[in-house]
Amino acid sequence: MVSSPYFSLLVLFVAALGFGLAPLGLAWLWGKAFSPAKPNKIKNAIYECGLESRGDAWVQFRSAYYLYAIIFLIFDVEAVFLLPFAVAFTGLGAAACGAMLVFVLMLVEGLAWAWGKGVLTWA
Amino acid sequence: MAVEEGLKIELGKQGVLVTTIEELYNWGRRSSIWPMQFGLACCAIEMIATTMARYDLARFGAEVFRPSPRQADLMIISGTVTKKMAPQVVRLYNQMAEPKYVIAMGACAISGGPFKQGYNVLKGIDRYIPVDVHIPGCPPRPEALLQAFMTLQKKIDAQPLTGEGRPRHLDAEAQGEFPVPVQGEHDLEPTSNPGVWTVPVVIR
Repeated sequence: MVSSPYFSLLVLFVAALGFGLAPLGLAWLWGKAFSPAKPNKIKNAIYECGLESRGDAWVQFRSAYYLYAIIFLIFDVEAVFLLPFAVAFTGLGAAACGAMLVFVLMLVEGLAWAWGKGVLTWA
Repeated sequence: MAVEEGLKIELGKQGVLVTTIEELYNWGRRSSIWPMQFGLACCAIEMIATTMARYDLARFGAEVFRPSPRQADLMIISGTVTKKMAPQVVRLYNQMAEPKYVIAMGACAISGGPFKQGYNVLKGIDRYIPVDVHIPGCPPRPEALLQAFMTLQKKIDAQPLTGEGRPRHLDAEAQGEFPVPVQGEHDLEPTSNPGVWTVPVVIR
């Protein structure tokens, strides 16, 4: 086993593990031996705050927020892709232009859909 | 004191350092009092000024204001404690790890101050939690807060680790939880914690 080329790696791995875990273990032992423990229900609460935490931490977001995602894609992400396209426009082949056209048309379709749904009107 | 002060100085001159566990323990406690980062009213502005370069709280090892009660040693009650806010203050104090200290800063925190007659102001936070140092003033100047820090450090330094007068966290019998008051119909309930504060008897 000692002759294995991976033996030195194993030694280093164990040393690295010990280097990380030893301080944690020592701190834990030190805490067990010397820390002045005065636990109470409030101190052991999961969340430290002046107010008691209420409700569930697993908050669900309304699926209606997908509208914001679509609008963000159309107006923001599209611009990010359009800029390099415009810069490299003169050197592009027909295939690249076609691909870009499909991309833009898909987003235009999304825009038309959002427009038709009345998302763009400021209520 | 295991070694006399004079002998200690003499030994120090010869290059021999003598100390006790108690001295080291208290030195560690008093040199890293980390306050909790929270302010209640105008006194908090003076507290902030104390931490800035001109007054430089870092000289006392106390510049590390912690945003969590679990990492803080000191609670500076800096300002008016309303009855609405008192339960939160007591709850936060409960969540601090031992050893923990309290400085009541300013007239409001120690007695209700100019709002003492008000229906919604707590007449001193020492009704619910044990206060180590009171500073008068409205608001106290940063120098006064520094004075409070030094007073607290002296107090910690003088505490023996065993027997009478030892700090609360080393006393297994001592109270560890301070009941959080709740909003009653007319006032906080209870109106004070009898374990830390006795209602003064009014002699007419």
